[in-house]
Amino acid sequence: MNHRVYVASFATEGDLLQAIAAVRQRNWPIVEAYTPYAVHGLDHALGLSRSQLGKACFLFGLFGVVLALGFQFWASARDWPLNVGGQPWNSLPAFVPVTFEAMVLCAGLGLVLTWLIANGLYPGKQPLSIGEGETNDRFILVLGDAIPAADLNDIRSLLESHRAVSLHEREGGR
Amino acid sequence: MASVALSSLMRVEQPPLIGGGKSLGQVTVDICAPLERRAGILWWLAFLPALSLLILGVIAVAYLMVTGVGTWGLNRTVGWAFDITNFVFWIGIGHAGTLISAILFLFRQRWRTSVNRSAEAMTIFAVICAGLFPVIHMGRPWLFYWIIPYPNERGPLWVNFRSPLLWDFFAIGTYFTISLVFWYVGLIPDLATLRDRLQSGWYRRLVSFFSLGWNGACRTWQRYELVYLLLAGLATPLVVSVHSVVSTDFAVAQMPGWHATIFPPYFVAGAIFSGLAMVLTLMLLARKVMHLEDYITLRHVGAMAKLVIATSCLVGLAYAVEFFTALYSGDPYESFAFLNRALGPLNWGFAIMIACNVLIPQLLWFPQVRHRMLAVFVISILINIGMWMERFIIIAGTLERDFLPSSWSGYVPTVVEIATLLGSFGLFFTCFLLFCRFLPVIAMAEVKGVLEKGYSNHGEAR
Repeated sequence: MNHRVYVASFATEGDLLQAIAAVRQRNWPIVEAYTPYAVHGLDHALGLSRSQLGKACFLFGLFGVVLALGFQFWASARDWPLNVGGQPWNSLPAFVPVTFEAMVLCAGLGLVLTWLIANGLYPGKQPLSIGEGETNDRFILVLGDAIPAADLNDIRSLLESHRAVSLHEREGGR
Repeated sequence: MASVALSSLMRVEQPPLIGGGKSLGQVTVDICAPLERRAGILWWLAFLPALSLLILGVIAVAYLMVTGVGTWGLNRTVGWAFDITNFVFWIGIGHAGTLISAILFLFRQRWRTSVNRSAEAMTIFAVICAGLFPVIHMGRPWLFYWIIPYPNERGPLWVNFRSPLLWDFFAIGTYFTISLVFWYVGLIPDLATLRDRLQSGWYRRLVSFFSLGWNGACRTWQRYELVYLLLAGLATPLVVSVHSVVSTDFAVAQMPGWHATIFPPYFVAGAIFSGLAMVLTLMLLARKVMHLEDYITLRHVGAMAKLVIATSCLVGLAYAVEFFTALYSGDPYESFAFLNRALGPLNWGFAIMIACNVLIPQLLWFPQVRHRMLAVFVISILINIGMWMERFIIIAGTLERDFLPSSWSGYVPTVVEIATLLGSFGLFFTCFLLFCRFLPVIAMAEVKGVLEKGYSNHGEAR
């Protein structure tokens, strides 16, 4: 990816949100925003679609329920029925705690793994960092290169009017 | 107009969550600083005794393994005593960590950001300590894996899914795993902050490996928030289920004093109560030792003290209901069990339990007490003692006096049991101090979010 991007950094989340609103009004392409903490409303401001992770979590939970209930029934009533205090082979109420725990375990682990895969995060990955303090105290906005050359001065003045702390061009992707 | 004036008045009265008017960058510096310099003398003064206790515990457990459960004071009548008391005690300690990290998150309690990281760490270490006791209590601990339903050469003979002891295994295994994952997910952004601060060295390589290439991109944060919310939603019923399952170890048995339907909520309330006391103990220590006065303020301690009052009242109510139900039941065994609890050979323990769990915490109603760190610290330790005693009274007190007077007996712990209990405290504090030394004790990314520094002074969006 050999194209130019414009990197602006801000000191507060409010400046970043206002700058994003102004940039989107002019239809300039935003590549990504980087923030040191979860800024509420940033996904709205950038127009990101809702995440589908909730559905994944539900499906993993359902998988856990089916697996645990099925296995307990099969082991206790089919494969080796064992008389424990005269309780019925299929002691459904007694199977509830293990089923619940399996549901939580599968839903939680499945959710986190799906999230890591969806965001391409894995142990030992080299971060594609901007390196301007986005994990410390800076709010970074990266604009793409599909901006008409005539607008470049506009961009500069617009971002500066929104109190950009620094602003520069650089080669490369995200 | 009136409501605007009122809300602005209320905002003035509420002190800021984080003191010292910190900027975002200062938060990073303050919290990373202890990790980037050598350990101080106070840390070593805490770590060496903790490590010594851990070694003592290792020796006690090794002696137990070599010699057998006969080294404990258990007998024909009292088959559970110190071991299971310690197990229930430690599991209970863990519950407050999940309360703070998950339940208070769902209730949008923003003060939790200063304490949630260390409270979650406390949960993980407490669950490790708890898990140890049922395992070493087995006659042959090296065969503990038989509790896992795996295809084996004995049939395969499956485990008994109708037994609360098996539910325990699944509940605690799940609780440990989910707590660990929840804690780690919260750590990832802070590990990235550390990675970007450090220049080189083995510590940076390790931190970089576990930061998963996090760079704070918006899409990652968006999904992160959803993952955090869903994990909190899963952990909340989980924590209730764990102590409910632990209580069924007793409630499903026929023993008078155990066989009660109140047990699950009673145990959950007690667990959160004791855990909050332990969080207070650790927080007040960490505050002093690591100079976190600006991050753990009077407001945090006050909020936790109020939770302690609430749970103390719940526990007190449970004691009263339990007593009343037993006396009102007309069951001679049941009423005897409770009269014996209050007036029998362990009446001194009952007195400690009522004093420490129900009476002394009421002092926290007074702001003069609640705002005095030393007083809160002493009360938190007394609550821990009282809650340990509660479990001991329930377990050993009930078993000592069962249905047949001919089988009554007493119970005295041996040196090995006491050393094992001390060893579990050693394990807990060793782990906690190592955590304070090598990982950010306060969730930086979350604290930055509640600084209310979101907008510049001249910004109109405020």
